Amino acid sequence: MDLFEYQARDLFESHHVPVLAGAVATTAEEAFAAASAMGGKVVVKAQVKIGGRGKAGGVKLAVDADDAREKATAILGMDIKGHTVHKVMIAQAAPIVSEYYLAILLDRANRNFLVMASVAGGMEIEEVAHTSPEKLARVGIDPNIGISLEKAKEIARAGQFPEDVVDQVADVLLKLWAAFIAEDATLMEINPLVKTEDGRIIALDGKVTLDDNAGFRHPDHEALIDHAATNPLEAMAKEKDLNYVKLDGEVGIIGNGAGLVMSTLDVVAYAGEKYGVKPANFLDIGGGASAEVMANGLSIILGDTDVKSVFVNVFGGITACDAVANGIVQALQILGSSATKPIVVRLDGNNVIEGRRILNEAAHPLIEQLDTMDGAAARAAELAAK
Amino acid sequence: MAIFINEHSKVLVQGMTGSEGTKHTKRMLASGTNIVGGVTPGKGGQVVDMDGREIPVFNSVSEAVAATGANASVIFVPPKFAKAAVIDAIDAELPIVVVITEGIPVHDSAAFYAYAESKGTTRLIGPNCPGLISPGKSNIGIIPADITGPGRIGLVSKSGTLTYQMMYELRDFGFSTAVGIGGDPIIGTTHIDCLRAFQDDPDTDAIVMIGEIGGDAEERAAAFIGEYVTKPVVGYVAGFTAPEGKTMGHAGAIVSGSSGTAAAKKEALEAVGVAVGKTPSETAALMRKILQG
Repeated sequence: MDLFEYQARDLFESHHVPVLAGAVATTAEEAFAAASAMGGKVVVKAQVKIGGRGKAGGVKLAVDADDAREKATAILGMDIKGHTVHKVMIAQAAPIVSEYYLAILLDRANRNFLVMASVAGGMEIEEVAHTSPEKLARVGIDPNIGISLEKAKEIARAGQFPEDVVDQVADVLLKLWAAFIAEDATLMEINPLVKTEDGRIIALDGKVTLDDNAGFRHPDHEALIDHAATNPLEAMAKEKDLNYVKLDGEVGIIGNGAGLVMSTLDVVAYAGEKYGVKPANFLDIGGGASAEVMANGLSIILGDTDVKSVFVNVFGGITACDAVANGIVQALQILGSSATKPIVVRLDGNNVIEGRRILNEAAHPLIEQLDTMDGAAARAAELAAK
Repeated sequence: MAIFINEHSKVLVQGMTGSEGTKHTKRMLASGTNIVGGVTPGKGGQVVDMDGREIPVFNSVSEAVAATGANASVIFVPPKFAKAAVIDAIDAELPIVVVITEGIPVHDSAAFYAYAESKGTTRLIGPNCPGLISPGKSNIGIIPADITGPGRIGLVSKSGTLTYQMMYELRDFGFSTAVGIGGDPIIGTTHIDCLRAFQDDPDTDAIVMIGEIGGDAEERAAAFIGEYVTKPVVGYVAGFTAPEGKTMGHAGAIVSGSSGTAAAKKEALEAVGVAVGKTPSETAALMRKILQG
């Protein structure tokens, strides 16, 4: 889960990473109130989970609370690269003398954690890596050893931080590491990390990604979910514990296993080129395709008004095809007259003969069976185009 | 021959007394795997009947190894307790530890992977994987044993069901070993590890490599193929139509910005001469062509 900047700021603050005062507002009046409480100049910042908001006009300096209201009015509702701004953060303004970069992230390739630190901040770190790689320190961290104060200072020096801020930057890095571990983060990035006129080192903007798998030890992370941005069908699927992602096509997809479902989307997309149709969703029903799971899955897909046909693609490994077939038949009984779209089914693997027999015997007018994945994908695409 | 596991594998099941553990212990036994014990802390001393086979339960992996001579383990314990179970197995210096559990926090995986590396005595496979099978010899995990038999194709895949699909497509040839390495961001055994092992295995003639979106494991595997692998390799990559920024089922299957795309992986593989199929069936057809000359 990616966090908004204001959530990252709050999380940093709770772990003693130095930040400036900040408050979130969803209306211009709230922005006014927050700016009044803060006093002085403030920055009004669009809260969107995408880069480049400054260039898009989503970050404005306001001289006082009245101005903050005006700036918030302009920014709220703005579209930034397809993301609508629903919230702004009102942040205290600070006179900045230098902008730095500091981040900790999961390094998939090296299978450990990676600290990146650079004296050159405020721009995309890829740009720094490209134009002045000597200013970017990349240091792998063994998760079982962590970062000592000595190591933190070494990293700051390797990132070419000036000697007068090395101690402070090392201190921020240690706090950021503590936060990274405590919150089960996969990314904590401070860009820019700034030095103010009065010599303080402060995290001015932050990006945080938390590990969804670690949710069981962080009940508080639940409150960070952005329900407004969640597609209603995705929300419904989540409630039923289904692994569903809404896409923008016409062929509804149900399959078992993440890899097979991704592959099914691709195969449908190829087959659909001829008909101008695409997959409408990703839905992995996982190992146990019970009637209930199948009914839940089918009802979400059939409830998607974009869907014109459905492709159920199951390879029975552990899952037996007869259980899947029974699941489909019972799901259609449960759904009754609300099921109106053609359903192409391809079953293979464990107990396939019995599975196909069950579907043949049920002879449901909406169901059509095909033997191969490619053939079934082509048929589902054709039906969606009709 | 086969890679990683064979008829001499003596297997422990960690979490055997749970429902998943019990179900799959029975399946593995039925397919001929030599299961010598289960491990569930607090239940040591019990003996569990697995469809007529009496399997002893131990409190720790070290205890189980001392009593049975086990040289592999497979882990079905829930995410919350998985890290402790893996550490237990690493401490017992088991050469092969297969982690089936899905949903382990990545900080836990990073920690136990680093621990295994520092000890240097354990190969981890997974987590979030279906395990591996050397048909007719041993089957450690949840891959169905009845899809196909022994043969001379090696298979390495991030995905479970695509592994089954590919084994099914090429069932008339059979496999030396099929390894499901898992779809998490941090996994113990990589495409590269399997490619190296298959290249070095005299009983493997050709290799199928299945990847998916996310990370750059396939790109690194492609570079490795270019410098080390002389046996024919065919590839398949899932997720061409996956949107940016969305996790597609597997925790590691996500396109971030322009990195981790299926197109980039396909390109990298083709650049080193790997034929990449557009669909699983087409990929199987490419392999069929190679084997039939």
